[in-house]
Amino acid sequence: MTALLDIDRLTIRTGTTALVRDLSFQIAAGERVGLIGESGSGKSLTALAATGLLPAGLTAQGSVELAGQQVIGRPDHVLDRLRGTAAAIVFQEPLTALDPLMHVGRQVAEPLARRARRDGRSLSGAALEEAVLALLDEVALPDPARIARAYPHELSGGQRQRIAIAMALACRPDLLIADEPTTALDVTTQAEILNLLDRLVRERGMALLFISHDLPVVANTVERVVVLRKGEAVEAGPVSTVFGAPQHDYTRSLLAAARSFDDALEGRA
Amino acid sequence: MTAILETEPAARRRHSFTLYAGAVLVGIHLLVALLTLVWLPYDPTAFAGGRLEAPSWLHWVGTDRLGRDLFTQLMIGSRIALMVGTGAVAIGAAIGVTLGLLAAFASRWLDDALAATLDILIAFPTLLIAMLVVAASDTASLWSAVVALGIALSAIVARLTRILAKRVLVMDYITAARTSGTSWPGIVFIHVLPNIWPTLSVNFALQFGLAVIAEASLSYLGLGAPPPNASWGRLLQEAQGTVYTAPIGAIAPGVALVSLVIGINLLADGLREAIDPTRRAR
Amino acid sequence: MSLLRVDDVSFGYARDRRILDAVSLEIAAGDTIGLVGESGSGKTTLLRLLLGLQRPASGSISFEGAPLDPGNGAFMRSFRRQVQVVFQDPYSSLDPRQTVSSIVAEPLRSLRVPGDHAQMVADALTSVGLDRDAGRRYPHQFSGGQRQRIAIARAVVPGPKLLLADEAVSALDLTTRTRIVDLLRRLSAGMSLVFVSHDIGVVAALCRRIVILEKGRIVEAGVTAAVLANPQHPYTQRLLTSVPRLKSKDTSP
Repeated sequence: MTALLDIDRLTIRTGTTALVRDLSFQIAAGERVGLIGESGSGKSLTALAATGLLPAGLTAQGSVELAGQQVIGRPDHVLDRLRGTAAAIVFQEPLTALDPLMHVGRQVAEPLARRARRDGRSLSGAALEEAVLALLDEVALPDPARIARAYPHELSGGQRQRIAIAMALACRPDLLIADEPTTALDVTTQAEILNLLDRLVRERGMALLFISHDLPVVANTVERVVVLRKGEAVEAGPVSTVFGAPQHDYTRSLLAAARSFDDALEGRA
Repeated sequence: MTAILETEPAARRRHSFTLYAGAVLVGIHLLVALLTLVWLPYDPTAFAGGRLEAPSWLHWVGTDRLGRDLFTQLMIGSRIALMVGTGAVAIGAAIGVTLGLLAAFASRWLDDALAATLDILIAFPTLLIAMLVVAASDTASLWSAVVALGIALSAIVARLTRILAKRVLVMDYITAARTSGTSWPGIVFIHVLPNIWPTLSVNFALQFGLAVIAEASLSYLGLGAPPPNASWGRLLQEAQGTVYTAPIGAIAPGVALVSLVIGINLLADGLREAIDPTRRAR
Repeated sequence: MSLLRVDDVSFGYARDRRILDAVSLEIAAGDTIGLVGESGSGKTTLLRLLLGLQRPASGSISFEGAPLDPGNGAFMRSFRRQVQVVFQDPYSSLDPRQTVSSIVAEPLRSLRVPGDHAQMVADALTSVGLDRDAGRRYPHQFSGGQRQRIAIARAVVPGPKLLLADEAVSALDLTTRTRIVDLLRRLSAGMSLVFVSHDIGVVAALCRRIVILEKGRIVEAGVTAAVLANPQHPYTQRLLTSVPRLKSKDTSP
């Protein structure tokens, strides 16, 4: 079965420096994969490269195939059709991911209507409104009607991130890419959002690419993991193997760090 | 966090060009202006040749309608333009930065009142304010024009300073300065001013060009420095009547004015590009 | 001996409740206290009150028995020599236009600390694990973790008795985080430490006592080990269950 996302020897350069070097991994439909790395590891760039959203000034070499189509070097109008249907991204900072001047209801309506159009249906007016409210309900937002009329700055961080997830889901993607989706959130909110993501991904049978520097979070969310360091994959494999018996020194140091905080919590618990 | 991008080599080359080209143009005028302090080819007030003579080896740009050497007057024009620019910007900076800092530190309603006043002032065209001030003073002189322009420029400087200072004041390093025991005046001079200076200096560079053109306009309208002070604007006004018979009289001061202002704008552009990358570098 | 004492302090209003409501706290010499709270808990405001940057609306704060009076210049100079702070964001807590040694020397200059400033700065930089010629460089030449070390050097250079840390490691990578926590642990051997954080794991690793803040009130406080083993308040319990852990089956012996 062809992979949903097939990255082969991806190298991302700016000028002469390589920010990502020779990266390869695949994600099959319905699979959950985690990309672990600290800052400067190139993990966010990889997510952008997967959907052809690399900023100007960066060049990508190698092969990135999304839903069977090559992404590198393709023009925007081709990629536009791919984005949303094949993959959608949820970013770290919900405040900057949402348009501050638009009601959030309208921001969710846009991808819903667009996806309907691509499917050959038309969704507008009352039907669209209902679809928006249904989606807001699905991401566990209380009182969807009131929230739909609110502006982003009127909502809490957790609520904004739920909106961002709703917008991503509205596209009905086969692959959901989440780039540090809970890093900017409080710990209790983080737990709720992670549960939400987990439920939605399972219910809709989506694949998930979860990017984070937080090891426990990744461990509890994905089945397979790729560890990035300074743009290179140093280790990859199932979570239990990589976390249970790490091969690479860097992975071991990451695990030791995460474990020290865990132990502090547990050891005294 | 996404990586900060290096400037592409081509872009870097481009920004050097604006900086150097601007520096060269302004530098020429600066050298000429300095030269006038010690040497002039002719006495600017003397009737050195025939009227409206064409350019020759004796008179490089010819003579004006009274027989005075034009090149000498152009050189003096450089000095006047640079003095006006410096003076106006300096006055605008002194008033504007002070007001802007006051507004940034002021309580909410005082700040709002100041901001509203500044906005009203900015709504007036700079030239109009300058003209009003000059007309209000009894003597039309170079200094009244400079002061008038300085006052007109100060409103924008004040607004810019206010915004920049406010942005700096919410940074953690200001709080850190307070917990380090630094007094508020100390914070202003050690932390606020140095951090707003780069952006302000670009603004000053642009205002320099504005001041030069404004002074030329005032002189053209007869409101600037009186003769024998040879401002380019006045030269343009005098050359108006004879622009068909002796066009050099209008072209020369025009070229001088344009070259200085373009040079200033290129310099300002180059400055702006130069300050950006260093601040963003990791 | 009580260093800093907060008595029934309240502050401000936000959405029909107080930002801080009747908060009482005592920090003794040698204490390491973690102030745990999420956004809206009032922890940042409490920190600012402890630093004398704002006055409480009601209640009192005293330092070594004397009331904390932000208006008293001489008192504040002495206070600031003894109570210092490290902020969360390493990218906004250092003045980008100053050299590192100038940044670290600022408390010495402003508080008129006697002694050889250059030597004290060099010693502070070494004690946080930076090499001596770091002083000549500018903040943008350093990584986030290194900048945090610079901020810590600046805080410890006047020889304070109490160090306040406002989410000092939250913006850092995991491996850097452990290193800075180790550094703070080492430094707090000679000082008291109040560590404000939403990350209960870091607090558990660093602080002997813990105080939990929710919506401006202290809901639970005590020895960290005891509170974590046996959380009483529902909010504390919720906090603990929300923290993601490495599954035990993934940790090999």
